[in-house]
Amino acid sequence: MATFDELSVPVRMFLKGYRWRRIDPVPWTPLRKPLSASRLALISSAGWVLPGQEPFARTLAGGDGSFREIPADTDLSTLIDAHKSQSFDHEGMHRDPNLAFPLDRARELVERGRIGALNHRHLSFMGSITAPGRLVRDHAPDAARLLVGDGVDVALLVPV
Amino acid sequence: MCNQTVSLVAAELERQGISTVTLMLLRKVAEAVRPPRALFVPFSHGYPLDYPDDPPRQHEVIEAALRLLEDPAAKPPVLADYTPE
Repeated sequence: MATFDELSVPVRMFLKGYRWRRIDPVPWTPLRKPLSASRLALISSAGWVLPGQEPFARTLAGGDGSFREIPADTDLSTLIDAHKSQSFDHEGMHRDPNLAFPLDRARELVERGRIGALNHRHLSFMGSITAPGRLVRDHAPDAARLLVGDGVDVALLVPV
Repeated sequence: MCNQTVSLVAAELERQGISTVTLMLLRKVAEAVRPPRALFVPFSHGYPLDYPDDPPRQHEVIEAALRLLEDPAAKPPVLADYTPE
């Protein structure tokens, strides 16, 4: 089980006084149609980028809230780990990127008919965002508009 | 911080009309941030779907998350526990 105790002492000290961004009120969109007829998008915070994409900024104050688009036909072996955090073990997701971005599993769910369709693109963030103002104000709304425009019905979000 | 990031993105998606389910590795963060619909998974940082190269286990976790989307009685914020079989 993940605990704060796994983290380094400086990170634990930082988190001790950290004020988490509380979502209030909590927005809610009920499922409007069966999953077997829904379009799914994946969102990972594992910092994946594709060759040729700009890596996430490692030194931006408060963290880099931007995102990268990962096409649905991506070969997971081509993903590059650009996550700056050393607060988690990267080895598992290097061995099997599905661990943090389950694109193969999502394809299988479509093949089985559990999910109607995969969106043509999925999104990758880098989660080390300590000051999420820009994420909340700019990047997350941009991401949502993109997916709404694609006709996405449901999203599965995966942190690391 | 990853847990907070995906929670805030999920909230914006819900505001714009997309149903979401968010895996969470830290229960305390889930309780503090309150993503709309979350499945707490008892795995280590970096391992949100448990083991690498274990498709059946990964499908189990994803299926538990998908079921949260299908609960018509659910009210926000939803925070459920995944219990490995």
